[in-house]
Amino acid sequence: MRYGPRLMQAPEAASGRYGPYGGRYVAETLMPALDELTHAYRETQSDSEFQAELESLLRHYVGRETPTYFASRLTAELGSRVWLKREDLCHTGAHKVNNTIGQVLLAKRMGKTRIIAETGAGQHGVATATACALMGLPCEVFMGAEDVRRQAPNVQRMELLGAQVHSVTSGSATLKDAMNEALRDWVTNVRTTHYCVGSVAGPHPYPMIVRDFQAVIGREARAQMLAQAGKLPDAVVACVGGGSNAMGIFAGFLDDESVRLIGVEAAGEGIETGKHAAPLCAGGVGVLHGAKSYVLQTSDGQIIEAHSISAGLDYPGVGPEHAWLKDVGRATYASVTDSAALDAFQLLCRTEGIIPALETSHAFAYLPTLAQELGPEADILVCLSGRGDKDLETVLEKLEERG
Amino acid sequence: MGRIADAFDDARSKGRAALVIYLCAGDPDLGTTEDLVVEAAKSGADVIELGVPFSEPTADGPAIQRAAERSLAGGTTLAKVLQTVAAMRKRTDVPILLFGYYNPILAYGERKLVEDAAEAGADGFLVVDLPPEESAELREWAIEKGLDFVPLVAPTSNPERIARAAEAATSFIYYVSMTGVTGSKAVDLGRASERAGALQREVGRPVAVGFGVKTKQDVASVAPHVDGVVVGSAVVSIIENAASHDEAIASVRSLVSELAQGLARQ
Ligand SMILES: Cc1ncc(COP(=O)(O)O)c(C=O)c1O
Repeated sequence: MRYGPRLMQAPEAASGRYGPYGGRYVAETLMPALDELTHAYRETQSDSEFQAELESLLRHYVGRETPTYFASRLTAELGSRVWLKREDLCHTGAHKVNNTIGQVLLAKRMGKTRIIAETGAGQHGVATATACALMGLPCEVFMGAEDVRRQAPNVQRMELLGAQVHSVTSGSATLKDAMNEALRDWVTNVRTTHYCVGSVAGPHPYPMIVRDFQAVIGREARAQMLAQAGKLPDAVVACVGGGSNAMGIFAGFLDDESVRLIGVEAAGEGIETGKHAAPLCAGGVGVLHGAKSYVLQTSDGQIIEAHSISAGLDYPGVGPEHAWLKDVGRATYASVTDSAALDAFQLLCRTEGIIPALETSHAFAYLPTLAQELGPEADILVCLSGRGDKDLETVLEKLEERG
Repeated sequence: MGRIADAFDDARSKGRAALVIYLCAGDPDLGTTEDLVVEAAKSGADVIELGVPFSEPTADGPAIQRAAERSLAGGTTLAKVLQTVAAMRKRTDVPILLFGYYNPILAYGERKLVEDAAEAGADGFLVVDLPPEESAELREWAIEKGLDFVPLVAPTSNPERIARAAEAATSFIYYVSMTGVTGSKAVDLGRASERAGALQREVGRPVAVGFGVKTKQDVASVAPHVDGVVVGSAVVSIIENAASHDEAIASVRSLVSELAQGLARQ
């Protein structure tokens, strides 16, 4: 099957499906709210005032556009030309803010008076808390107790920004459990509250809305590559947790058939150990958090806990559009281990003077393999989705373990 | 007509609402669940909602979340739940509605599940995260096998969605009394039941009210308005607190008998 220009229209308007994936598998109570959100979002797309306000905030507040930077020392190290789309330079230090500014603006327009969010690494929580502070709305963030521990600086940031952080102890106490708890809050307070989903996951229209708000990454990067490299990249690489930074950068290149799109999942301690977070590479088709996609599950349909050194990738599901892109072959997905991500983290620090997020480090960890395959004439564009200050404690701990 | 519709008819003809009791299959173990279902039916339950545990119970509050965790820790699977249903069928005729989330059903295979559930002697399905938009196939196959498909209506459902649920219903409609998860405190059960009663008159199908119904008084405030009352978390909680198998059986017997006293429509 070809993923031609027509398919960039995905999802199907009525069902929110990407091929067999996506949809809306939620409690009846939430269905009207999803309809309302879809409707309100469609209205804003043709509303020039809304678009102007969003664009102005992205430019003057978030600091867009972000640069695309030719990484010469990394290029020398790896053997293919490497370009970095610098989402780490966004206000709050990751791409997540592109989405939260858009969604909170939308929620305000819908007359919602309260915002909730789930967060793994805390980057989406911080970005949501930031957008709420900016727009004067109360914000509550659900975060797994395990993540509260390993991403402590982000908890403190959220609290400084005026958000209330709920530590979630159920299940594996990570991102999926935070999302369960956010859904429970939403079903209770759905009339007043907007649930600001942090990735291209969840029931329709979230995968579409989040992709669209993140698509600014790919639009800018495509123009920047043409201007600076004089050509399109041969490959675009991004890490995949829920899949929003990847979907955002892929969106700019979906119709360019010559451009390979590669998503990198977390292989944790190794796919063969079962302790990983790679549903596209090693999971099966299932329904989690309102959408059909690839998930990590038992043969009986129970969701399996994910494992990754990176809190933002520690999720047993993935956005439905990635499932579709994988099946039709428009994108391919690889995985790298915790240990490889740690090596890549250090490599980027030392060759380019950039401390990347551990999530982002997974994209870089795939570059040696890709560069070897593509050779010196190839241009590889990497989505540098976020900065790594939040990860210092984890990284230093792991490096010490290594000795 | 199926066993579930019969149970509602029978209750109505006796001038009372039908009592629907939720039990989480496999909590504390499947053998006990079998005994609990038999005992609940003897004590006045007209329909059993048999919960199939799922690892991500996003529509449930803490009590049912913990029950599902205990059940899964004990190795419960959908296949074993069906075996338990078949075992129960030798001991009771109480209608059994399988109640759960979609992913275990998808993993089992919808078509196979419908066949195996019918064979085991189950009476229908209620899938909380499968709204009408996603449930056409499962519903159709269920009907083919003579099983019921029970849709949900929530306080947020608009007239179009209500009409759709009414059309999808084969026996009763489950009315969720509030925006919330199972086990939440009812805000105003009386008013919710009035709305549910209006819904029942409008669509001409039995409606059962669930979420937030815990005591005999709660049952009594719902029963005058609709044909069915669902009690879940309260039952699950007394099972959680029971020190032994016998105590669980005894406490379910006394709770269900007491709840049943609230069903009459004066
Ligand atoms: C910097 C960064 N990159 C990537 C991710 C993964 O999310 P997604 O796959 O939605 O981009 C996160 C999530 O927290 C993140 O903080």
